[in-house]
Amino acid sequence: MSRLYGAVRKFYIALIFLFLYAPIATLIVLSFNASKTRAKWGGFTLKWYQSLFGNDIILQALWNTLAIAFLSALIATVIGTVACISMQNMRRSTRSLIMGVTNIPMLNADIVTGISLMLLFISIGIRFGFGTILLAHITFNIPYVILSVMPRMKQLNPSTYEAALDLGASHIQAFFKVVFPDILPGIFSGFLMAFTMSLDDFIITHFTKGPGIDTLSTKIYTEVKKGIKPEMYALSTIIFVSVLILLLLINYTPRAGHKKAR
Amino acid sequence: MKNALVNLEGITKSFDGQMILDDLNLYIKENEFLTLLGPSGCGKTTTLRILGGFEKPDKGHVIFEGQDITNLPPNKRNLNTVFQKYALFTHMDIAENIAFGLKIKNKSKAYINDKIRYALKLVNLDGYEHRMPDSLSGGQQQRIAIARAIVNEPKLLLLDEPLGALDLKLRQDMQYELIRLKNELGITFIYVTHDQEEALTMSDTVVVMNQGYIQQIGTPENVYNEPENAFVADFIGDSNIIGATMIQDRLVEILGARFACVDEGFGENKPVDVVIRPEDVELVSPDEGVINGTVTHLIFKGVHYEMEVMANGFEWLVQSTRMQPVGTQVGIRVAPFNIQIMNKPESEDEEAVGVNE
Amino acid sequence: MNRKLLSAPYLFWSALFILVPLCMVFYYGLTDKTGAFTLENILAIATPEHSKALWEALKLAFVSTVICLLLAYPLAMILCGMNSHKDSFIVLIFILPMWMNFLLRTMAWQSLLEKTGVINGILGFLHLPSLNIINTPAAIVLGMVYNFLPFMVLPIYNVLVKIDKNIVNAARDLGANPFQTFLKILLPLSLPGIFSGITMVFVPALTTFVISRVLGGGKILLIGNIIEEEFTKTDNWNLGSGLSIVLMLFIIFNMVISAVTDKDGEVNAL
Repeated sequence: MSRLYGAVRKFYIALIFLFLYAPIATLIVLSFNASKTRAKWGGFTLKWYQSLFGNDIILQALWNTLAIAFLSALIATVIGTVACISMQNMRRSTRSLIMGVTNIPMLNADIVTGISLMLLFISIGIRFGFGTILLAHITFNIPYVILSVMPRMKQLNPSTYEAALDLGASHIQAFFKVVFPDILPGIFSGFLMAFTMSLDDFIITHFTKGPGIDTLSTKIYTEVKKGIKPEMYALSTIIFVSVLILLLLINYTPRAGHKKAR
Repeated sequence: MKNALVNLEGITKSFDGQMILDDLNLYIKENEFLTLLGPSGCGKTTTLRILGGFEKPDKGHVIFEGQDITNLPPNKRNLNTVFQKYALFTHMDIAENIAFGLKIKNKSKAYINDKIRYALKLVNLDGYEHRMPDSLSGGQQQRIAIARAIVNEPKLLLLDEPLGALDLKLRQDMQYELIRLKNELGITFIYVTHDQEEALTMSDTVVVMNQGYIQQIGTPENVYNEPENAFVADFIGDSNIIGATMIQDRLVEILGARFACVDEGFGENKPVDVVIRPEDVELVSPDEGVINGTVTHLIFKGVHYEMEVMANGFEWLVQSTRMQPVGTQVGIRVAPFNIQIMNKPESEDEEAVGVNE
Repeated sequence: MNRKLLSAPYLFWSALFILVPLCMVFYYGLTDKTGAFTLENILAIATPEHSKALWEALKLAFVSTVICLLLAYPLAMILCGMNSHKDSFIVLIFILPMWMNFLLRTMAWQSLLEKTGVINGILGFLHLPSLNIINTPAAIVLGMVYNFLPFMVLPIYNVLVKIDKNIVNAARDLGANPFQTFLKILLPLSLPGIFSGITMVFVPALTTFVISRVLGGGKILLIGNIIEEEFTKTDNWNLGSGLSIVLMLFIIFNMVISAVTDKDGEVNAL
């Protein structure tokens, strides 16, 4: 009975994984497809990987995407972390008001966030381009940072900060030596989350980019009708596989050490 | 035993290849207050969870009122559990918490209401029907957890370290409360704890466990006064455990000196362990005792003084109402009936049981 | 050092980039091209074309949300039961696909679902009838479920994993069978996660214009497609904003539910 239940559970998880990763497997297979159309298999090739590095348009879009993701995640992390620290001492009502506003970009539809920022940029008169995309991305990234730092902040034992002061540290020293290390994992995962969200965003970028600049997402969108260039599959395969390897390294190395320690 | 309420027969259980219980046999009599006592990881909680139906043993049987309930799910067992940290349903108020089991059994509304009132009165929390669990103190939540279990009129109540999260004073109050409840309700209690004082205070029978084995079963007095091995002696109360040699019946050589004792039948010139409780060590003037020593530490403990005396290479723990300053030369004497002789562990299994903790 | 001063940059930021832009949407939505007040842009939802698109979007979003919930709840329960100490690993499994571009992932379903695509290839090989759902609402629902499933799994998982295992044991101990335990204990205790998941899935599904375009073959117009076109093709920002306001009514309704059930905003934390 319980063995059957176990088998059913494994089968269910396998199905969900198949569902989640089938398109990804498809894209990886397509990146090695010699035929230029998606419809049929024309044999194995690496030529798309070669031509990728000669394709300046795609490389420029990649550069834009990475630069925006990194800068927006970094700035959002700084602003978000500082906001969390400052909110610690606030009255509960003030804090929940601010958190309410913080949640807006997360709960609101991307399309509304996108057009609202577009209308703002138009009325201020900023030229659309790299800068407007960056501002937009910082805006929707901050909530992710706050939501991953805040719980850490709440778990913090206030006595440790006071203990540091008691032992002669200044407020700033106490923060960086005692509080900061404790919330660092939250800050780190907030940054990672923001980076991922920025990288994957299409809708908000679509409304806040100007002509003449493209991220990978918007580049792909314009290609949807004409047909996606196979180099795009090659590039996304490279990105996916490198992230996968990185995550496996992060997740499996400390666990081996942990087991020994027990 | 034939007419026991519960029989555990050859229970074996391991997790991830690690043996937790090894061929455990235990019976529990009707109306008994039985305590499973041991350090964490000794298998006491696993034993309780097997009784409750939350774990299945790899081997062995659980016999309850003459029926094999080993494979019965928890909801089909006529026993209830009071969980560690209470496990109250936070989305229900107190009345709903207490009514939970009765509603499942489709009892009438009037019956349920009567039961709620009765149970709350029993645990001294009348009028708390519509409070939420979060608004209660730890001790109050504990009482509700007990009330929630006993309204179902179980034959057997399992209590998993129920007082562990309470502070000292409250813990002592609740100990008396539990004894009173048990006497009023007339049901069998199986109680799990790592607190030896709790076990000695409340139980009819104490089962001392370590590393998946039962070390000793007995009354509290029995377990305290006549520990069967070094582990039990060490775990229950403070004691001096010293390697010694049984010279002959009623004579043991401890640290090179010969002490009279009352034990017989260990053989001649046999290595043994002796246990001497610190309150049984008498300090006398030098040369009036069996061996001489020097007081090295002294602490005032309220009821008595606790001293450490260095004598023949062993640091003796001594409790006495008479203070001897550090540096005093003293003699040590022990009354023969206060020397408890134990066999040295022979097999590896018994060894595992020993001083690893 | 005054800690409250530290909040200034963020307060400034959220005012300028969250609140002001929202006001602008309302301003445009409630005025015409000359800047005069009008309700016309909002009432435009009643035209057959717009109300059909809204109805279609509501329908598909509802179906997707229900499917997501039905798929995600058992999954979250199984993931909890694995008693993995690596919470982060489980989260990563669901976030990992995001590193493959969202549009490409959706496009990949085109290849999988096409008449001559992979799925039909396999079905044909097994002598099963072929699946022709590309360019139909069913394909759009599939795309929505695929893209938004993680947003349903994670909040439910986050709630379930925090429930003391002994609470479930206590219910069983008090006589409840597994089904009663689920209905009376697990389900009510996980409601905040469920509501949060519903919001996180329903809103993007209701407002998408990409999934319908890629998997609907441009034949099926959702309210998102109409708004998008008003901004990028027709350049009628007033009408686009007006329709967005209508859309936001549904979103606000969702936000209120989410705010009521998850006061600390902790469930959403990934």
